[in-house]
Amino acid sequence: MPAQDSRELRIVGFLCNWCSYGGADTAGVGRFIQPTDLRVIRVPCSGRIDPLFVVRALMNGADGVLVSGCHPRDCHYSEGNYYARRRLELLKRFLPITGIDERRFEYTWVSASEGQRWQHVVTEFTRRIHELGPAPLFNPVSEADWNALALKASQGLGCSCHG
Amino acid sequence: MSQLDDLKAAIKDRLGELDCVIGWEQGYDALHATPLFIRSEADLDRLIIGPLAVHNLSTYLPGLKGKKVGIVVKGCDSRSVIELLNEKLINRDDVVIFGLCCDGVVSQRKIRAALSADPGFVESVTVGADDLKITVAGQNATLKLADVKADKCLTCQHPDAVLSDVLIGAKHGAPALASLACQDEFEAKSDAEKFAFWQETMSRCIRCYACRNACPMCVCRDYCIATSRDPLWVSQENSPTENMMFQMIHVSHLAGRCTECGECERACPVDIPLMLLRRYMNKQVKDVFEHQAGTALDQTPPLFTFKVEEERIHERGW
Ligand code: SF4
Ligand code: SF4
Ligand code: SF4
Repeated sequence: MPAQDSRELRIVGFLCNWCSYGGADTAGVGRFIQPTDLRVIRVPCSGRIDPLFVVRALMNGADGVLVSGCHPRDCHYSEGNYYARRRLELLKRFLPITGIDERRFEYTWVSASEGQRWQHVVTEFTRRIHELGPAPLFNPVSEADWNALALKASQGLGCSCHG
Repeated sequence: MSQLDDLKAAIKDRLGELDCVIGWEQGYDALHATPLFIRSEADLDRLIIGPLAVHNLSTYLPGLKGKKVGIVVKGCDSRSVIELLNEKLINRDDVVIFGLCCDGVVSQRKIRAALSADPGFVESVTVGADDLKITVAGQNATLKLADVKADKCLTCQHPDAVLSDVLIGAKHGAPALASLACQDEFEAKSDAEKFAFWQETMSRCIRCYACRNACPMCVCRDYCIATSRDPLWVSQENSPTENMMFQMIHVSHLAGRCTECGECERACPVDIPLMLLRRYMNKQVKDVFEHQAGTALDQTPPLFTFKVEEERIHERGW
């Protein structure tokens, strides 16, 4: 989703240093057009990704989280992505009970040479998140409410005991 | 001889070789039990078992690693002991397991709801074959045990201790429902409804960590990431987000390890239905890995290992 078409959403991408980060780089070098909503966090291995990273991002206002590592059998550390696959699969299956739409989280494998595939993945995922729209905030009081309150307080109208 | 007498005799037999045996005794009133650490034969007189002996005592075992300890377990508690053994958090040689064949325990929350007045301090309780006679504030009430049974007992697959050195009572196998209506009902709700439910529910959490402290499989003790400041995973802010984050930590660290003993939910002072999350995670673990924590010795928790070809993980194509 090019940024011009609509408001950008917050999508966090955890990319493994050895494959997917390289894949994104390849896509960039190849000048493939990509949506700009994704914020990439480079990690040494998909095995480094604690599912709680994903949870924390979703709870703190990310609209979507994408994890991408090396294809199975291609892990730089031999088996990091095998552990990641189990953890991330469980996380994906667990999300529905919390009421967080599990489509907001996806994990996949992209190798360093797959610039085209990276373009496809990031475009598809961004499109999906745009279809879902901004994620609801977990705190019932929204940021906007807090800001309105803070503004009132700064004008001296917010708090009865302090005039 | 009653089950209790058999148990006392069995403990008396082994007491000499043990530092202590952990069981239950009456707590601050007749309705509540509390853990009992038996060190001498005199302590044995205070031992109780039955529907009021709710605590999963295996919570104490990792902290006593290295000592010779006896422990009285119900079926569900024995699963926690097995899981602790499988994770090498305790040594088999150091533990003597007195297993019970269990008829189920009560839920204090259900009892509170069934009594017309707040029970406060209960004067007396008589446990019958299938009812509880409770005297509180000079009034008598009779509650059917079936109505106040803990949820976990309604779906219990292992009422007889799965692992024991001495098994007390007659085995009765699993009666049990396949699933809980309230769980199914909750799972069928829409995302928006579930989200709103947790927002509201987590705003009640006082982050007392009772759920964590009661959990037999929460063994990090002073190194729990929920209370560490470096790394700082959860701030001190008491907001629904931070409280939910803590639950996400608990659930994810228990994935494939939770024995569904229900202690977390029982310990919660504000009645947060934490088992909704735990049961759901356990169902996923069972689906993907065909694994149920603590049901057999020498199982490896599924997140401690992997398979190159995962039979039941169908990754989505792009
Ligand atoms: S879950 Fe089973 S073993 Fe545990 S208390 Fe209930 S009936 Fe007994
Ligand atoms: S026991 Fe209940 S109130 Fe305490 S931290 Fe756990 S969920 Fe929150
Ligand atoms: S999370 Fe709850 S049900 Fe699971 S082992 Fe811990 S206390 Fe028991």
